[in-house]
Amino acid sequence: MSKLQVSLYRYNPETDSAPYMQEFEVDTQGRDLMVLNLLELIKQDDTTVAYRRSCREGVCGSDGMNMNGTNGLACITPLSQVVKNNKLVLRPLPGLPVVRDLVVDMSLFYQQYERIQPYLKNDSPVPAIERLQSPEDRDKLDGLYECILCACCSTACPSFWWNPDKFVGPAGLLKSYRFLADSRDTATNERLSDLEDPFSVFRCRGIMNCVAVCPKGLNPTRAIGKIREMLLANAT
Amino acid sequence: MVTNITSFSRSGLSDWIIQRASAVVMAVYTVFLVGYVLFHPQLDYATWSGLFQQTWMRIFSVLAFVSLAAHAWVGLWTVTTDYIKPTCIRVATQSVIILAIFVFLVWGIQVLWGA
Amino acid sequence: MSNMRSMTFDAIIIGGGGAGLRAALELAKSGKNTAVLSKVFPTRSHTVSAQGGITCAIASADPNDDWRWHMYDTVKGGDYITDQDAAEYMCSEGPKAVFELEHMGLPFSRFDNGRIYQRPFGGQSKNFGEGGQAARTCAAADRTGHALLHTLYENNVKHDTTFLNEWYAIDLVKNANGDVVGCIAMDIETGEVVHIKSKATVLATGGSGRIYASTTNALINTGDGIGMALRAGVPIQDIEMWQFHPTGIHGAGVLVTEGCRGEGGYLINKDGERFMERYAPNAKDLAGRDVVARSMVMEILEGRGCGENGDHVYLKLDHLGEEVLSKRLPGIVELSKTFAHVDPAKEPIPVVPTCHYMMGGVATNIHGQAIGQDKDGNDYIINGLYACGEAACVSVHGANRLGGNSLLDLVVFGRAAGMFIESALNEGVDYLDARDSDVETAMQRINRWNESSGGESVADLKRELQSIMQNSFGVFREEKNMKDGVEKLAELRGRIAEAHLSDKSLAFNTARVEALELDNLMEVAEATAIAALERKESRGAHCRYDYPDRDDVNWLKHSMFFPGEKRVGQRDVNFAPKTMDKFEPKIRTY
Repeated sequence: MSKLQVSLYRYNPETDSAPYMQEFEVDTQGRDLMVLNLLELIKQDDTTVAYRRSCREGVCGSDGMNMNGTNGLACITPLSQVVKNNKLVLRPLPGLPVVRDLVVDMSLFYQQYERIQPYLKNDSPVPAIERLQSPEDRDKLDGLYECILCACCSTACPSFWWNPDKFVGPAGLLKSYRFLADSRDTATNERLSDLEDPFSVFRCRGIMNCVAVCPKGLNPTRAIGKIREMLLANAT
Repeated sequence: MVTNITSFSRSGLSDWIIQRASAVVMAVYTVFLVGYVLFHPQLDYATWSGLFQQTWMRIFSVLAFVSLAAHAWVGLWTVTTDYIKPTCIRVATQSVIILAIFVFLVWGIQVLWGA
Repeated sequence: MSNMRSMTFDAIIIGGGGAGLRAALELAKSGKNTAVLSKVFPTRSHTVSAQGGITCAIASADPNDDWRWHMYDTVKGGDYITDQDAAEYMCSEGPKAVFELEHMGLPFSRFDNGRIYQRPFGGQSKNFGEGGQAARTCAAADRTGHALLHTLYENNVKHDTTFLNEWYAIDLVKNANGDVVGCIAMDIETGEVVHIKSKATVLATGGSGRIYASTTNALINTGDGIGMALRAGVPIQDIEMWQFHPTGIHGAGVLVTEGCRGEGGYLINKDGERFMERYAPNAKDLAGRDVVARSMVMEILEGRGCGENGDHVYLKLDHLGEEVLSKRLPGIVELSKTFAHVDPAKEPIPVVPTCHYMMGGVATNIHGQAIGQDKDGNDYIINGLYACGEAACVSVHGANRLGGNSLLDLVVFGRAAGMFIESALNEGVDYLDARDSDVETAMQRINRWNESSGGESVADLKRELQSIMQNSFGVFREEKNMKDGVEKLAELRGRIAEAHLSDKSLAFNTARVEALELDNLMEVAEATAIAALERKESRGAHCRYDYPDRDDVNWLKHSMFFPGEKRVGQRDVNFAPKTMDKFEPKIRTY
């Protein structure tokens, strides 16, 4: 059985003046490993390879990376799903500054997340028990609250590439709609007025890369459409 | 909230509505013109010119021109803010675009109502 | 260390999971100069993997539910070495803490009346075990930990908590009096090592499941807090008590929530028999986790395991129907497809008991204050040091934690620690500053790695450690095998002390982090091994072939592992709840 050809993006700011691709041959012994397991094999031989990882089951969002051109989570992406012609190219998430190898600086991504005020706002007095919410209202949060902040979507979005400082991006907007859609949140108008400028929401051009890459199967484009509808309803 | 003074309306929502409304006007105008041509197989200059002598047609056409101008501005403004990062080059490009759109608009009105 | 940068906080919280974030929220609201130091961005902490829910008597599923029933289950579940004052505090304060989470925005699933959805979990009863199965676990589908962790992080953003994300705490700094006055930590991105001074240092570093080869735990669960505590001379309580979760996906180790059985799923052997009916006639598949895990291993050992090698059993869910699965257990469907290549709506999931939770930890009181023990066996407070969450042993879980109690533990005792530290800071805390030599002591370990020039690789040593633990300290334990394990660990310790860090670069050097983690794994593994060998009885998760019975005469006690002499002592279990009569130890059956 031939070994898997892996081409890995390498950059160490202390020693490399520019990033380069390093070739590895990995013997997977015919197993359909996850990409993360493959990286672990590589790291056993070359401990200098850097990547983030934590839960290894697709819920923490640490190991978002670009695998043969598509963003995804290394820990839940089997080789059989991405390897083409026995070749795998691994790169960091596009559009963000690289710290080292597959590790990117996610500050801009987190800033956009914080900007939409990602927390429930409710001015009414706190009841002695929980706030009630009908199952139907709760259902509206499905497909929204499950985001793991892996940044696969935002870093696959050309609008986010061009304006990461002004366009909230699919992850942040999904989160924003998670609160707009929550029957317990009372800050709808405030949230909407923070979003009506030409960049925050309206830079979305419906390219839908976000939907294509989301490892949790979420649909930020639909959420963005809903925000637009709410803005429209609010303004007319 | 992101503020940007070169956007006319400074509201993404207005821009968004303008772009969609203007697209509808242009679509209707296009369908009308294509239909008109199809229903007049022996179209000559007199018939064509006659159409544009009608006041309603002139108003319809001006509406289509204004829509085109607005649509072009919103679209090109977006393109320049996406791709041209140095401020001075972007503002210069945007100025040229505004001037061109203005010239085309005035020219169009002149053609319709002039002579 | 005059050239080393220092930072000063009123309180430093090490760990950004549920417990750390809940403590931080309390302190941020109070305006104290607090920082959370976490080796990963907080929402990547292991709390995010919790699935089934948070157990609490909020009286939603059953309007007559009583926190005392929950407390009874907790004490019984812990096989009576649960501290009853702590269980009383957790179960009675729990509803307040859960309602707070809901008010913060946690998207709990709901009943038709709009109240929080609760599902049955293992070991739950009504009326002190007399009233049948209870449904007491509050859930957000099967993503409760994710929902909880994100909600807590969101609210810390709201209250402007200071975060040192992707920083790694290396060791505690003690002053001349032995008070904990901060820590040494490394900014992973730059490699800079900084002295962090603080009047309160909170260990909220979670568990250490990675001492085992097969675990449901995240790769980051390396017992950093326990390692730091042990190196600082702090004794660790009940560390031999490791929970093996009945349903880890065979091969991958990924967790499948007990909520699956709560929703009506059950385990079958190769004959298709629902074998738990034999082992626990009343609670069946919802007996305590230790009981279910042992029963599964018995089935496998007696040749009724499933698969080619007969090394697992099946969790059957297909009879629940697609609707229940997609509504109540969507994450499980996803994980099964990814890691077991099985659609639970059609086929059963192959599962095997898998290391899941560390019941032991830094002994604390209900305020999170770390407790040491003097030569005469008396408790004393370790000044400046706090612990909460899995790293702490309050002890509410005793010898076996009940499902859904870990998330409650996090929020109740994270909150309690935050509140106590706030008042302690208000009253004024004054400890001696650390001397240069104190800082130097805390720097020894990282200096050792940085100066290493040869030796074995970290990855190989880690694998060896994990296999020793897996083979000698699993679900069933026995003297000879454990002695063998202890000896191997002693030998391994020597080799780890000589191991090599070949990559000395600064920027985001994950090899250095993994080397430092290996030291902590070693500390936890050794403490576990020695304490397990010493506890000569079977209780809760600690089950010995050679001492198959519970020994209340000699071992109705906490164990205390003292790192200096590597000695195991005992500490009294609290049997004095404040508002009610104690629960007397009874034979534990389900």
